[in-house]
This record gives sequence, C-alpha cells and structure tokens, in this order.
Amino acid sequence: MAPLVFKTSGTGDPRPVGSIPATSATSDDPSPRAPQRTTLDTAIIGIGEVPPRRRSDGATTLDLVARVARDAMLDAHLRPTDVDGLLLSPTFTGAPLTVASMVADLLGLRPSYCDVVDVGGATATGMVWRAAAAIEAGVCRSVLCVLAEGADPRSGIHAPSWPALPNGQWERPYGSLGPNSGYALAASRHAYEFGTTDEQRAKVAVDQRTNACANPTSLFADTPITVDDVLGSPLVCDPLHLLEIVMPCFGATAFIVAPADVAAAGPHPPVVLRGFGEQITHSSLVSLPDLTRTGIVESAGRAYAAAGVTPADIDLVSAYDCYTITVILTLEDAGFCAKGQGGPFVADHDLTFAGDLPCNTHGGQLSYGQAGLAGGASHVTEAVVQLRGAGGARQVPDCRLALVNGNGGILAEQCTLVLERGGA
Amino acid sequence: MSDALPPRPAPEPSDHGAPYWAAATEHRLVLQHCPRCDRLQHFPRPWCTECLADDLDVVESSGRGTVYAATVVRRHPNPAFAARVPYVLALVDLDEGVRVMSNVVGCDPESVRVGQRVAVGFEPAADGTVVPVFAPADPGSP
Repeated sequence: MAPLVFKTSGTGDPRPVGSIPATSATSDDPSPRAPQRTTLDTAIIGIGEVPPRRRSDGATTLDLVARVARDAMLDAHLRPTDVDGLLLSPTFTGAPLTVASMVADLLGLRPSYCDVVDVGGATATGMVWRAAAAIEAGVCRSVLCVLAEGADPRSGIHAPSWPALPNGQWERPYGSLGPNSGYALAASRHAYEFGTTDEQRAKVAVDQRTNACANPTSLFADTPITVDDVLGSPLVCDPLHLLEIVMPCFGATAFIVAPADVAAAGPHPPVVLRGFGEQITHSSLVSLPDLTRTGIVESAGRAYAAAGVTPADIDLVSAYDCYTITVILTLEDAGFCAKGQGGPFVADHDLTFAGDLPCNTHGGQLSYGQAGLAGGASHVTEAVVQLRGAGGARQVPDCRLALVNGNGGILAEQCTLVLERGGA
Repeated sequence: MSDALPPRPAPEPSDHGAPYWAAATEHRLVLQHCPRCDRLQHFPRPWCTECLADDLDVVESSGRGTVYAATVVRRHPNPAFAARVPYVLALVDLDEGVRVMSNVVGCDPESVRVGQRVAVGFEPAADGTVVPVFAPADPGSP
C-alpha cells in the first residue's frame, strides 16, 4: 500500500506524515495480543451497602460514600491506614474534578492509586479487575471501590451534554429516550430475528421479583408480581413495559479488593477473582452492527478462558439488568443458551434463588433498585454474599462459582467476572 | 399537521456533521465518504476511521432503506416530543450500507415493522433547521 498522505485541517496543503502499514485486523479481533493474564491472587474481602431508597432524605453522594466506605472497611476488618487504593464511580449528578483525592482525604486514606472509573453500568465489574491489576503490578495492596448516587444540588444528567457527541447531534432531534428507546430497539430486533415474546421477557422480571421478595433490603421486597402484571403495566417504548425497566433511586455500594494474604487474614471466606474480560463495542447504536450480539461474547469468553471454566460450572448468574432484554442477551452471549434461544430459555428455567439457574438473587436492579452506578455494583456484592454463604432466606445451596456481568450504555460497555469462593 | 406542533429541537451540528444538516435544509440526504478508501461512514466523524484521512467528502444517498429496528415511543419529557407521542423511533439501514437513527412518519405508528421498506422525507425543526425522516415506501418501488 502506498504511504498515506494527509492534509492538515484548515490548510489546503497536503502534508505527508509517514506511512501506516496495512493491518489484517478484523472488527472481531482488532488487536491480536497475548492471552490475558489470569488474576488468581486477588479477592473481594469486604462489602458495604446503603440499600436503595426512593427518597434521598437529604443524603448527598458524599454522605453515602462516607457511610458505605466505612461499612466496607468494617466488614473487611481494615482501617483507613490499611487501604492504599481508591476507585470512585462518576455520579449522574456530575462529580467535580479531583473528586477521588477529595474523597480519599475525607475517608482518611493516603492512597498510592486513586482514580475515577467510568465504563457506565460496567463500572463496578471494571473496578474489580482494575484494582486486581494494580495490586498485581505492585502499585497498592488494598483497593476500596465506592459507587454512590445521592441527592446533590446539581443534576448533571439533565444538563446539556456535549452537543457534538452522537446522542446530542444524531439522536436528540428524533426524540430518542436514550436507554429506554435504545433497549427497546434491541428488544424489537430480538423479537424480529428470534420470535422472542413479551411473555418470555416478562418472566425475567417475575423471577427476579420473587428473589427480591426474599431480600428485605430490596426496593420491592413486599410486592410479588405476575407475568400479567408486567404485560398490564404501561408500554413505555414498545415492546418494553414499565415493569421491564429499572427505577432510579438513591443508594451506595462499596467493596474492597486485596491480595490473597490480606484476604486470608480477613474475617470472611475470600471471594477470589478467577477471571475477567472487558469489551467496549460502540456508543451510538448506529455503530453496533448487530443489535442482538453484544460484547459479552468477548468479555465473558475471556473471563471463562482465564478461569478455566464453562457456563455449566456456574452456580449463580449476576447479570446487569437495566431491562429484561439485557438479561436475555447476557444469558445468550455468556453461553448459557444458543443465540436467539434466550426467550425460551428464561421461560423454561427457574431463575429464582431456589431454581435451576439462580440469576440476580438480590432481585436484580429491576426489583432491588438502581442507585446510579451503585446499581451495577449490587451485582458484585450479591455474588460476594452468595459465595460467602451469607444469603439467608435467598441463599443458593452450595454456591461456589459466580458469573457477574456489568453492562454500560446501550449494550455498549461490557465487563464480566468469574468469582469463586476461596478458602478451605 | 406538524405545523401545529411545537418544533422539534434543532440539531446541534459539529464541524464534521454540518454538511449533513446543511444538505437536509435542501431536502437532500448525504453521507460522509472517504475518497481514499471509497467508503461511507455514519455518523460523520472528523476523519475516516479506516485510514485517518481528513479530506472527506459527501455523497448523496438514494434515501431508500429498510427498517432494522423500531420502537413506538409513548412518553417523552420534552414538550415537542410529548406532543408527538406515540411516534416511531427507528434504525434504518440505507441501501448504501450505513445505518441511521430517525423517525418513521406518515403512517400508523403501530403498523411499522422491522424489515419494512422506507424512503426519506424531510421535516422542519427549530431555528430553520430540517431533519431527515422516513415514511413507508410506495408499494412497487425498490
């Protein structure tokens, strides 16, 4: 191939900037690379949760961060001086610059690694491997990860976004509803290609509500629902009904990632990170060639390969569930059933904590609640609870291996973990 | 009929998006094209994502395509769209091989089907801008 010749923007003069060798990369595998390392020597050793609530009662994000961080350190039997890493989530209300060091100071930490992680709804799972990688690199030893959504004075989600971004320029003039319409489009395509029915999607919401009813901290702990209830709830964006959509609320989640020796000294069975994978495929929906095939194919594939396990080995699925269709796509792309068979699969399997494929045993965000990015973190902490055997009324019997998936944007950002109960 | 409705929000073009919206005011649908790769890309970007060339041009689309996915939006916080519900938000695969987000108008919203053939039309938006939309193609047309 001839060297490429470029012109500089704003001038008419062609300017050679050198040649770029042609690549043989394909869109499926853009960066051939060495196998991803397995992270065997880190574990989640502490968790904290401010359960979802519909009203903030005036609690700001910082209030919730402080409370849930303390809970996680108490749970892990660590003091602030023991924690030398801090990862924070962004908030829907828009956190200020240098928020991570501000929070570190507030909590009494003096970290050697401090950052804000933003992979949307995949932020929590993304934090787990980033923390593990930092630990393996010798950067730090105990990483506190905090995700919270409180009532803050400024509501950034309603503030003007960068207009040149795809959602501002290419979607806003058409009345896109963002995630609601985006996931509805995915559900529409899934129904067209595979015949997935409203009843099949509704089954996901019903089973997860059954789980929520066994979890006293869930938003909908006292309200069982039926398929008819889901299908009788108002259509928001066809084919998605109101009860197939998460309800925003307030809350916070924290967890601590540490190396094996720290984990072994802790009060709980360590929850070991056996494998992980991350894949970002797009942001604008027009950039995703196939709306029914997500990056979970890659992210879960890498996680399974690193862990040396298959879907048949998994005791618990903790699958990001902003919408019912998200769970169906996750079960397909993480290999629990063939592509297109997610609808019949959820209809034929019991997804409750007592079922043959326990899924989202805390209720999922659909019934537990979605407190901003802390909602995605609830899938991590629920896996920890179950792997510890601390699930109480909703405990999955002999739960040893969990698959956790985080999903951000409109099926755009995927990060999958395989977690295992460690210790004897 | 749409004259009686509050106008759609105006698109807020980026530099590289401006040719698309400018063409729309002339009731033309254009797509960003890399003359080096002879390749189309949508949405428009500052350069070709294949070869990084930034001397991109546009080519005119036939305006014909197929509905890839569609949803009927039944509620919206923006008054302009609240006045239009229920309306169809769709992804349309243009015959040239790129996908666009748009609306399917001029028909019963619940009648729109994935796989349906559609053709471009143009609707006014705020501040004198125009947005490409789609309507069911005439029977017998390609």
